[in-house]
Amino acid sequence: MNGKVVAIISGKGGVGKTTTAANLGIALATLGQKVVCIDTDIGLRNLDVVLGLENRIVYDLVDVVEGRCRLTQAMVRDRRYENLHLIPAAQTRDKSAVSASDMVRLCEELRSMADWIVIDSPAGIERGFRNAIAPADQVLVITNPEVSSLRDADRIIGLVEAEEKGPAQLIINRINPEMVKRGDMLSISDVIELLAIPLIGIVPEDETVLISTNSGQPVVLNEKSKAGLAFLNIGKRLLGEEVPWVSLNVKAGLLSRLGQLFSGET
Amino acid sequence: MTSFIGRILKKPPSSALQAKERLHLVLVHDRTDLSSEDLKKLKDRLIQAISDFVEIDADETEIQIQVEGREQTLIANIPLRSPRRRRK
Repeated sequence: MNGKVVAIISGKGGVGKTTTAANLGIALATLGQKVVCIDTDIGLRNLDVVLGLENRIVYDLVDVVEGRCRLTQAMVRDRRYENLHLIPAAQTRDKSAVSASDMVRLCEELRSMADWIVIDSPAGIERGFRNAIAPADQVLVITNPEVSSLRDADRIIGLVEAEEKGPAQLIINRINPEMVKRGDMLSISDVIELLAIPLIGIVPEDETVLISTNSGQPVVLNEKSKAGLAFLNIGKRLLGEEVPWVSLNVKAGLLSRLGQLFSGET
Repeated sequence: MTSFIGRILKKPPSSALQAKERLHLVLVHDRTDLSSEDLKKLKDRLIQAISDFVEIDADETEIQIQVEGREQTLIANIPLRSPRRRRK
């Protein structure tokens, strides 16, 4: 096995990195892939609770790096999917406990055990972010269609390029088709024009994301959820499948709505 | 396109368009680390340097950063004084 390492980054906090990492991990697992998710947000652990695995943690990332346990001991197995594992972040330490070369070494070992290693990066552009992209083969940048998140995404895309990890691929999260139609939200084509990197996912704003996360059942498990379907499609695209863009239509015709969402024009 | 139509109809630009236009400027400055103040200084020095060799129309000189994907290009438009005007 020669697993691929995907880092999920955003620059700004709160745009949906952890939600994306959790749902992408499960999406890939449902598609028959062996997946290991790693939470690199040391001190602000969250991927465990979004995945619904918070009660099963014994060891964490720092325990592995500092040699207190074997790698496999820190891998929490998901009961729903036996081919999905989580390496949680340490909660009582800080980012300096792990270095970029630790991450590269750890991922080298994981590549022989999994098809995909999904890294949830902390916000910011400091050490935690560097740790997340150091071992990455592919980098996914999450942004929301609003000014501060886009500005930070642009900055972090530049840093990924400087580290020769580019081109990063873009996930536009929490797009609201009604607002785009009214001209009160940047459209998908606006965002692509500004950031100028290839698109790999469009996730609509969707209440079911929060509802699912409340119960520790990521939304991708909900077949009726539009956001869930969008995450599943990102998983398929990572596997090289060509998936048509999800229609986010509410009332009007499918094609016209999708067109509006892309262009923002009515 | 949207902004062109908007201007003709004298409609105020949509908030999305305002966001896009503001971001466009902010991203150029972030990427190049050049403020509009820097750009103005650059223009003045460029005019000075070029004027040592050839007579130029300083008032008509324009300098701007053109964005193509993730690449930025510095574009200077520097009209030379016509020979007739030079002779007078």
